[in-house]
Amino acid sequence: MEINRDGETLRISDLDPFLAELLRQIPISTNPEGTPDAEARLFSRPSAEKELCAEWKNYVEPELLRLFRSATQTVAADLAQLNGNEKSLRNRTLRIPFEHADAWLNALNQARLVIAEKYKFSDEELNDHERSPIGSRRDLGLFQVNFYGFLQEFILREMQS
Amino acid sequence: MSAVSAVQLEKGSTSTVEAPVREKETQSEDELDVLWQVVVHNDPVNLMTYVTMVFQRVFGYPREKAEQHMLEVHHKGRSILWCGVRERAEFYVQQLHGYLLLATLEKVV
Repeated sequence: MEINRDGETLRISDLDPFLAELLRQIPISTNPEGTPDAEARLFSRPSAEKELCAEWKNYVEPELLRLFRSATQTVAADLAQLNGNEKSLRNRTLRIPFEHADAWLNALNQARLVIAEKYKFSDEELNDHERSPIGSRRDLGLFQVNFYGFLQEFILREMQS
Repeated sequence: MSAVSAVQLEKGSTSTVEAPVREKETQSEDELDVLWQVVVHNDPVNLMTYVTMVFQRVFGYPREKAEQHMLEVHHKGRSILWCGVRERAEFYVQQLHGYLLLATLEKVV
């Protein structure tokens, strides 16, 4: 896999079917349903004061939900380029308009936080970037968190350059 | 002064409008004096470079200052990013939550 910036486009090329599938998993991975801790992490409490938290739930959380969904929808639309069967995913290139960079950062972050809460990764596990091979669903989850983090790092670097 | 004022319209007709009623202040002077601080807490998932970028964007801090706060969050578990009136503090915390950072507002004791 290669990742680079070509003008106003981020290009992820030479994608193998496995990494293409991980990319396609981003939108669904942002869904915290069924994992209350993940939902609590995406919509964290703003204060220890109950009254403030109640107001926050009514007025701010709907706005945050709209923001998160909008980012995820943008990413899902970009990922439609990867639709197809496993055979057709070989050596594919994903082109992301650079103006979608913020949406990608947000959706990747949502996905990383939800997966990390789902599997309750320890700090040690999250900092172990050499861990391999993938032997379980949990290992795959950790790989996903690291892979999405790698993409975030690249996008951030390009934003700052 | 009467609670109802007469208003002369352009075509010569007369209409009436209610004079504005001054509502009671909902915050006492003591409450308005209270300062609030915006605190960002450590979490092991958000990338250090990402957190730095968020601080630069939300607070307009230069990169060095944003990095100092990020490192404080990383090493000490929390950092106070801003201090001032409640409304502004709420605005900042909402922004930070939009970027998925763990942020709270606390009264300055």
